[in-house]
Amino acid sequence: MIEFHLDSRSGVSPYLQIVQQVRQALRLDLLREGDQLPTVKEVVGQLAINPNTVLKAYRELEHEGLVSARPGIGTFVTGNLGGQSLAAQGPLRQALQRWFLKARRAGLDDESIEALFRDSFRSAAEEDIA
Amino acid sequence: MSWVLDAQGLGKRYGRRWALRDCDLQIPAGHVVGLVGPNGAGKTTLLHLAVGLLAPSAGSIAVLDRAPAADAVQLARVGFVAQDTPTYARLSIADHLHFGAQMNPAWDDALARQRIAALDLDQGQRAGSLSGGQRAQLALTLAVAKRPELLVLDEPVASLDPLARREFLQSLMEFVADGDVSVVLSSHLVADLERVCDYVIVLVDSRLQVAGEVDDLLASHRRLVGPRRDPGSLPSGQEVIEESHTDRQSTMLVRCDGPVLDPAWTVEELSLEDIVLAYMGHADSARRARGRQGLEVLS
Repeated sequence: MIEFHLDSRSGVSPYLQIVQQVRQALRLDLLREGDQLPTVKEVVGQLAINPNTVLKAYRELEHEGLVSARPGIGTFVTGNLGGQSLAAQGPLRQALQRWFLKARRAGLDDESIEALFRDSFRSAAEEDIA
Repeated sequence: MSWVLDAQGLGKRYGRRWALRDCDLQIPAGHVVGLVGPNGAGKTTLLHLAVGLLAPSAGSIAVLDRAPAADAVQLARVGFVAQDTPTYARLSIADHLHFGAQMNPAWDDALARQRIAALDLDQGQRAGSLSGGQRAQLALTLAVAKRPELLVLDEPVASLDPLARREFLQSLMEFVADGDVSVVLSSHLVADLERVCDYVIVLVDSRLQVAGEVDDLLASHRRLVGPRRDPGSLPSGQEVIEESHTDRQSTMLVRCDGPVLDPAWTVEELSLEDIVLAYMGHADSARRARGRQGLEVLS
């Protein structure tokens, strides 16, 4: 069983924080197939948040095929994120490091690199949605 | 459609002063509704109208599709925790539970006892000797053990320390997770409610400023930052709630019915607190614009 926590200053909505924490736990192998997620009542009793926030997060995870709800029993992990993404991470990290090196050689400082990264990331994400 | 709260042109006047006026509201069931506004905005008046402690001076209000406090059946459907969570200081917790059981046909004694046990309270203790947080929890226990369809709470956490505040909201949310209940709770601090409510009503200066689902409000409000320009030049789908200008730059908080396409703007998402504060400021400048007339109404 995992426990959720909320960062109220992160600017990330509570429901998304829960989704991200489940995904993170799956990546780190803290959650495995067959494990039960905390019940809605347990989560709201701990975090003092609206039950609909938890339901929304669990629905999203269900939609992604990571968990499934068994009515009257609870929500259980049915998928995993570890394997395939871990294998892809190494080469991606190397490519990113090469890009950072290039940016620095081009004379960009840390802040400019971060701004460029965030901006490109955001526009790529928006294209993805469109 | 059935509404938890349905107000049409609702108003309440004390002598010459309107504590609440021209209030139109329709809130669907199943929400935790946060009623936010500064002190003296009319929050308590609206809640007292909803539970039938006050009668409207204008317009109408229906709660769960019936007149507030119309009869014993309607009274049993609504739980109310008044400001400062009053209890009977000289009575014990057991007396309070006994009293609750006698007064409420649908009293859930098991729930009440289980909650008192979970709070680690001794049933023989007098309410007067409880801490503020414990007294608030007792008042909440009495209200939820009625098994109401609507729970109304007036500033329930205002006088509590941060830990008791958190514990109170945890208890309240556990109760909401348990069953079909709608909740309306008020606070002058939006930060208290940000995590728990999924519907917000902003009341300022006895008038309703905005009401809606939190997700909708977050999706439809943006902060625009860009080169200085006249707010009148914005497209028709964008309503300015708050604006500030320097000689070169304009910053505007807008309500928009679609994506902001103008590339001149840097578009930022907002927190619920940003949006609520903007509406409060909006009401304030509207009052200043009313000028002397406004002052006369207030005096």
